[in-house]
Amino acid sequence: MAGAAPIFDEMTLADGAVRPAYETLARWLQSIPPDLLATRSREAEALFRRIGITFAVYGDAASTERLIPFDVIPRVLTSDEWGRLSKGLTQRVRAINAFLGDVYSKREILRAGIVPEDLVYRNPAFRPEMNQQPVPHGIYVMIAGIDIVRVDGDTFYVLEDNARTPSGVSYMLENREVMIRLFPELFSAHRVAPVENYTDDLLATMQSVAPRSASSDPTCVLLTPGLFNSAYYEHTFLADKLGVELVEGRDLFVKADVVYMRTTEGPKRVDVIYRRLDDDFLDPLVFRPDSALGVPGLMSAYHAGNVTLANAVGTGVADDKAVYSYMPEIVKFYLGEEPILKNVPTWRCREADELKYVLERLPELVVKEVHGSGGYGMLIGPKATSAEIETFREKLIADPANFIAQPTLALSTCPTLVEEGVAPRHVDLRPFVLTGRDKVRIVPGGLTRVALKEGSLVVNSSQGGGTKDTWVLDS
Amino acid sequence: MRIRIAHETVYSYAVPAHAVIQTLRLTPRNYEGQHILNWRIDVDQDARLDAHEDAFGNITHTFSCAGPIQTLTVRVDGLVETSDTAGVVRGAVERFPPGLYLRETALSAADPAIRSFAEARERPGDRLSTLHALLDDLARDMTFDKDPTHASTTAAEAFALRRGVCQDFAHVFIAAARHLGIPARYVGGYFLHADGTVDQEAGHAWAEAHVPDLGWVGFDAANGLCPTEQHIRIACGLDYLNAAPIRGSRHGGEGEFLTVKVMVDQALRQVQVQ
Repeated sequence: MAGAAPIFDEMTLADGAVRPAYETLARWLQSIPPDLLATRSREAEALFRRIGITFAVYGDAASTERLIPFDVIPRVLTSDEWGRLSKGLTQRVRAINAFLGDVYSKREILRAGIVPEDLVYRNPAFRPEMNQQPVPHGIYVMIAGIDIVRVDGDTFYVLEDNARTPSGVSYMLENREVMIRLFPELFSAHRVAPVENYTDDLLATMQSVAPRSASSDPTCVLLTPGLFNSAYYEHTFLADKLGVELVEGRDLFVKADVVYMRTTEGPKRVDVIYRRLDDDFLDPLVFRPDSALGVPGLMSAYHAGNVTLANAVGTGVADDKAVYSYMPEIVKFYLGEEPILKNVPTWRCREADELKYVLERLPELVVKEVHGSGGYGMLIGPKATSAEIETFREKLIADPANFIAQPTLALSTCPTLVEEGVAPRHVDLRPFVLTGRDKVRIVPGGLTRVALKEGSLVVNSSQGGGTKDTWVLDS
Repeated sequence: MRIRIAHETVYSYAVPAHAVIQTLRLTPRNYEGQHILNWRIDVDQDARLDAHEDAFGNITHTFSCAGPIQTLTVRVDGLVETSDTAGVVRGAVERFPPGLYLRETALSAADPAIRSFAEARERPGDRLSTLHALLDDLARDMTFDKDPTHASTTAAEAFALRRGVCQDFAHVFIAAARHLGIPARYVGGYFLHADGTVDQEAGHAWAEAHVPDLGWVGFDAANGLCPTEQHIRIACGLDYLNAAPIRGSRHGGEGEFLTVKVMVDQALRQVQVQ
């Protein structure tokens, strides 16, 4: 499955045949005037600029706020493909929630020796403060973003679980809105499953996990770190669509283990906090004492069961890349089922024989930092210079437990508008999985990210990737 | 031994605060060698103390009060019966297996200097001797000095200075022990001075390390000894931040001034009347 495998294009098979999902789209691409896509692309950019949708890239001093490139050619999935994916996603997030409930209470999976104890206890994302502390309705991850890649007609892999504060859903929603405005004719030619009910689903999910002591009409808020956060635009966007207050830590206070919001009409009790603020900053009385972004006393109210945090505190221990490698076992352990979605084969460098294997094959592997995210701090062997490989080799030997390695996957490609015209580019997919007390909700599709550089496998927006609208066709 | 404790913390504000919220870890629990006869916490503002048990098994009280607050006093009075257990902690509330206490924290991370200090004192196969070597040499090499360090000084910083208060001694000990793969944790409490000094400026802190067959054993590096009946154990955690007697935050107000008075004295034994 290494570099030699043929690359699967989601529109056109190796023999030139168009896959059924793309039949109408392919015909349309053939029929349009050559400059139409470029024109629409400029219009799309103008629309995004007007909406004000931007994204901050850390370490890019020249432009702290910029547009994520948007590709006007949609990615298409059939309802069969989506059906399988959505079953697998539901299963995966159920297992993640069961794992979190266990590592913060009975720790059966550690006792059973399935996940090594130190991988949990010494994991920076594990929060000892959550030990033996119940969370409302036992749900830890209400909002998950599961990154999926595809390698052939049948095989989808989970590349990464995001169980902390996954972002990107605003792009999914905006991309669809812009596409409907730019290509109404394409929407009348396809039965595309809607995504705009995402925010209704999110609100229903949040309301369903309100503490038992809350009223039947619980008050939800969105807690943001503020203007300087890279996803601030998304926070304002979601609060607006949800119809809830966008608050910063200083807008909330805790009295007698209850959280209140300061309003012009006096204090108002808050029941559910969709927090886009990292654990470390949530409460200076429990976590970083120098945090001015959090709410002093929040954890005390949380432990008293008077407020729900979505997601719960300490969920990062489930999306750690080293814990990821145990996900197939985690699914089996808690659900007694075979995993529907596969994991990418992963070598754990913490294990001596696996480290040896990885060191021998660095030029063909992808090596990632266990706690890294956003495509920072990784080595893509086939694309790296020998000097880069040697530098990475030293890092690996110095701290093997900090790394995992995976084969370089032949990610699927989708037709994408680039300077030379329409060409295949590698993509991934981040569906958003909402877990409420009543049920799991997933809007069909998700955010497709595309690596705009020819041959590039890095789709992260922080690394210059773009996005596409994702269509799930109703059968 | 019967020990009486009075611990008063007074916050005063040049510009009154609008609101104050605090979490107190000021309530000891019983275990072998420590029995609480009487314990009370008073806050001189109109506030309800909400009691919880934290993740490490410590008893916490959180309260909030609304201003204007000119001064705020938190007062603890207690009477505790102790006995010597040679530093071995038995019957304490344990919420984690020892392995958790290998976790590194910012305050207790070992730097190269602490690592080589620790490695030079490792007695392979004899954990207890290793820990005693760490204890003796830290007590010898580090000087008690309350000037150069503060609440957020790290183990590495204090060790570089070879100076600090009991909190710093404890952090360095913990960092060294964990580096050798020995689970170690921070303990906050009180200490009755043998020389008859009653009035103190702060509580006390030491470390506990896990030894197979014995369990948790205390190591008081600032005093160069294992805890005796003169130690009152209040709270434990990975480092100071998990066990701090008071963690608070205020809204509004300026010019905070803090005074702490701790009195630890031997109480006269009362004759038991049946």
